[in-house]
Amino acid sequence: MSNFVPATARQVLRQCPRRLQSTSVFSRQAPRVATSSGVSGRRSYVSETGSKNATVNVEQTIKADQKAFLAETGIQPKDATMPSTGMSADAMMSPAAGILKQASIMDEGTRPIYLDAQATTPTDPRVLDAMLPFFTGLYGNPHSRTHAYGWETDKAVEQARAHIASLIGADPKEIIFTSGATESNNMSVKGVARFFKRSGKKNHIITCQTEHKCVLDSCRHLQDEGVEVTYLPVGSDGRISMEELEAAIRPETMLVSIMTVNNEIGVVQPVEEIGRLCRSKKVFFHTDGAQAVGKIPIDVNKMHVDLMSISGHKIYGPKGIGACYVRRRPRVRIDALISGGGQERGLRSGTIAPPLVVGFGEAARIAKEEMEYDTKRIDYLSNRLKNGLLAMEHTSLNGSPEHHYPGCVNISFAYVEGESLLMALKDIALSSGSACTSASLEPSYVLRALGNSDESAHSSIRFGIGRFTTEAEIDYVLKAVKERVTFLRELSPLWELVQEGVDLNTIEWSQH
Amino acid sequence: MSGSSAVEVRSLYRSLLRSGKQFANYNFREYAVRRTKDAFREHSTETDGRRIQELMQKGLKELQVLKRQTVISQFFQLDRLVVEGGKTGRQTGGSGDIARVKDQGWD
Repeated sequence: MSNFVPATARQVLRQCPRRLQSTSVFSRQAPRVATSSGVSGRRSYVSETGSKNATVNVEQTIKADQKAFLAETGIQPKDATMPSTGMSADAMMSPAAGILKQASIMDEGTRPIYLDAQATTPTDPRVLDAMLPFFTGLYGNPHSRTHAYGWETDKAVEQARAHIASLIGADPKEIIFTSGATESNNMSVKGVARFFKRSGKKNHIITCQTEHKCVLDSCRHLQDEGVEVTYLPVGSDGRISMEELEAAIRPETMLVSIMTVNNEIGVVQPVEEIGRLCRSKKVFFHTDGAQAVGKIPIDVNKMHVDLMSISGHKIYGPKGIGACYVRRRPRVRIDALISGGGQERGLRSGTIAPPLVVGFGEAARIAKEEMEYDTKRIDYLSNRLKNGLLAMEHTSLNGSPEHHYPGCVNISFAYVEGESLLMALKDIALSSGSACTSASLEPSYVLRALGNSDESAHSSIRFGIGRFTTEAEIDYVLKAVKERVTFLRELSPLWELVQEGVDLNTIEWSQH
Repeated sequence: MSGSSAVEVRSLYRSLLRSGKQFANYNFREYAVRRTKDAFREHSTETDGRRIQELMQKGLKELQVLKRQTVISQFFQLDRLVVEGGKTGRQTGGSGDIARVKDQGWD
């Protein structure tokens, strides 16, 4: 019965177009019958005109045009380039081409190149392969101690913990799984501050102006709770000065939080020196290692790090998982943000997600194994990109060139608006700063802290190179950026003034 | 690498390359091929039989991963990247199949 209605509907639909056609011819139907009947009687020498001949067939017209073009010039239209527009003659003959000025051909692929490895990285297929069993059959709760389902996932989780610990030179017991680096940062900064506030001895935190938003925001929250916070300035190369840090440490300082690798400019901070200084002053040292772990060699004991945030999806692992390294000797006491069943030494209650943890562990294992190979590769690609981009006039690299993680290249293109360049580079997935702030049009606070002007901060773009970036992609990006920066500069009146040799700072702009 | 296992090693190398090329994702495909070539080149002078056996075991494990992951990759195909195929930006097909750049993303 259910089949009956669609079947009728289909039948009706099939008849409808026929009937529509016939209504237009309906008026002619009667005479046609008359002529056909008259064939026997009277002879007619005038044949009927088909409706087809009266209409313009677009495809046929294009074909005829192409044939005519070939006859006239002797070359195939698709091989000829029209002098005025630079388009191929084939495209010019298509009526749609007039509307679609910058038409692209679908058989070339349209998905943008991914060059934003600081925001996140693709999940490595090897990581996914390790995760899949835990999504299908091994679904036990790792905290269930009473049955085999729990034991097998618990074993896998502990193995993953060991992989992560060995990547940063720690003991597996010092790794606490969290939901990501943001939670780890919150846990470290707020946890230490709240624990010390209870004892009431120390109430001062030192951090730096170029930190990630989640550290800065946690500090802002703590200020409301009565904790004093010092925001250290950075030099024009993006690094903090050790003298300033030493001067800022007071007897009541409890925590110093400085990130290892900056997410926007890729500057590597002198973590080892900071660690040594903090240890000598008996101050806890927290570092946000989300961008550093798995990319540059890190040893928490050598660097005297007490707390470290790690993220899973920055090292080709799954999103939604991170870890916090919390030192046991000398013991770092922190106040837990999340209370509950007391998992993870009571510092982060809640059931661990075994698939994510196993993926994270596998990602850490691969990162350790492949670090040498990846570093060599990323160095090579980064130099290629950097040299190509800096060869253009009026471009500059942001941040220190010596203390720099090569996978993050932040370049300022003077006299070009960064957002408009990003719009022009739709075929490349790029960002002008961190992903958290990419929704706002504010200039990056990191670049402002470096002492860059508003214009310069607005015109910078971050290129993130990862494990899966290819040479062909870098070459494509170099070509595309060169072309479009030149194009956008041609439009800019400022660029015209600069070309004429006018110093822009001497111009007094009239107010409207 | 030398000895009786030379044939096995070459066979593994070819299988790894063949599987790696099956990735639907451009970046993974390029990486698999590049990593395989570089790994075999890096260990081409290995003479210790035990070490060769270890590396062979590792390669076989990677081959199994590749076989599973390439199949998964082919289930979830996306558009091709702009760097794949020709880079000229000119029409390659004979018919007038010119199309507008469409908005990207999963929908």
